[in-house]
Amino acid sequence: MQPIISVQNIGKTYAGGFTALKSVDLEINPGEIFALLGPNGAGKTTLISIICGIVNPTSGTVLADGHNIQREFRAARSKIGLVPQELSTDSFESVWATVNFSRGLFGKAPNPEYIEKILRQLSLWEKKDSRIMALSGGMKRRVMIAKALSHEPTILFLDEPTAGVDVELRRDMWEMVRGLRESGVTIILTTHYIEEAEEMADRIGVINHGQLVLVEEKNTLMHKLGKKQLAIQLQSPVQSLPEALSAFDLEVADEGNQLIYTFDTQREHTGIAELLRHLDQQGIEFKDLHSSESSLEEIFVNLVHQNQTEQQAG
Amino acid sequence: MNIYGIRAIYKFEMARTARTLMQSIAWPVISTCLYFIVFGTAIGSRLGDIEGVSYGAFIIPGLIMLSLLSESISNASFGIFFPKFSGTIYEVLSAPVSAFEIVAGYVGAAATKSVIIGLLILITARFFVDYEIAHPFWMFGFLVLTAITFSMFGFIIGVWADDFQKLQIIPLMVITPLTFLGGAFYSINMLPEFWQKVTLFNPVVYLISGFRWAFYGVADVNVGISLAMTILFLLICMTSIWWIFRTGYKIRT
Repeated sequence: MQPIISVQNIGKTYAGGFTALKSVDLEINPGEIFALLGPNGAGKTTLISIICGIVNPTSGTVLADGHNIQREFRAARSKIGLVPQELSTDSFESVWATVNFSRGLFGKAPNPEYIEKILRQLSLWEKKDSRIMALSGGMKRRVMIAKALSHEPTILFLDEPTAGVDVELRRDMWEMVRGLRESGVTIILTTHYIEEAEEMADRIGVINHGQLVLVEEKNTLMHKLGKKQLAIQLQSPVQSLPEALSAFDLEVADEGNQLIYTFDTQREHTGIAELLRHLDQQGIEFKDLHSSESSLEEIFVNLVHQNQTEQQAG
Repeated sequence: MNIYGIRAIYKFEMARTARTLMQSIAWPVISTCLYFIVFGTAIGSRLGDIEGVSYGAFIIPGLIMLSLLSESISNASFGIFFPKFSGTIYEVLSAPVSAFEIVAGYVGAAATKSVIIGLLILITARFFVDYEIAHPFWMFGFLVLTAITFSMFGFIIGVWADDFQKLQIIPLMVITPLTFLGGAFYSINMLPEFWQKVTLFNPVVYLISGFRWAFYGVADVNVGISLAMTILFLLICMTSIWWIFRTGYKIRT
């Protein structure tokens, strides 16, 4: 399958000498939702800005649907829609005017029916004649999305799409993004809400200090790097662990009322049955068991921390 | 060619004019009326003809140029500065529009507004003084050429400026004095010989002189030189804009 976005050896050093990206290679598959995660200043927005043509790269090439973004900028850019992080809107314009402006800017003939359709999808139709300055933050965010979709792009970049948006609207946006993907749009999003990536992404890329640390299928990532834990609620507290349990990755929690067992999900045997047998042999009684899996957030924090340690060491 | 893109920028800019009609159109016309009342009627009635033209009629080309230059610069500079200031420039930069198309949209709209203002001032002048236009085609040609040239200059200022003060400084501190000293209200032949030579370094002299020739057939400098100087300034502006887009100066990081 030919990638819809191909980033090859992209580097960016700003005039002041700051290197925002160091030789990044990335391929985005058509029709997927790709989440780009990274701490502040990691290079996420610079990478998106280069692909969209807002920032010139220092080195490397980017192809959008097979078109070089610099040499064939018309063909490349007409495929891409961008919702930037900042709520940058034409405050004095009406919703209808600004969305139609975006469509024209991207070289598309006026199509009031299509604009009406996306405004209705984004619950903006009732506000079409309102000035943007009169809208709430959430509504402005929807206007930005409507502008980005106005020219019917096949690739949509969402840079922190739900920043500052309430929970209900965030859920609505997730639904909308899934709907777009079902209609064939490839979506690349950056987010600070790891929950958002966990909820929506097919693949995840982690960027730190201008380098792509990892690109992986979300499920594979969580399976490979995720740890599972079993919380064992005890009938009566223990002061310390008997010697016979030292072979297990166990820790005492909740003032001795709970044992936490961490195990690898990829191993053939988790060791749970054996542990429970040993507890019984030691006369340690339990009243409840609860298993949990590492969240993407924990995996992300570990990866970034590991990368920082490697950078300091190297 | 992205015709829809040019049209979108042009319409957007013209819509801004419609929203700010008082500031964009009415005020330049009112201020010119004040000039006619003070210089044309009150003071002008006590002055004799200049090169066979009544003083009131003589200042019409200068007054139109005064507004044309300042409005072209302020419209075009604000047009590109405000998206930079508000952050909405991202959309223009990420759209499939070339540098030529961006400039055509912004400069085209700014020049259109300036030409409208120039023609409104011309019509308003009729209420104060009688005048005839000797070369209407050349008059309109100079009007349009100057509007385009100074709208390009305004576009450059809008790209260069990173705050509102910088946006105002060139029109207020450079263009207005040059226009006042460029023969808007007098013929440079009225100056002492030394100052006549100094004045020839003022590019606005050529614009006003050529424009006045189109009205009354009289000029401070040869009309061919006026036209050549206007075209030269246009070429300088075009080259500067080409360089801006080539390097991304203050537009694309």
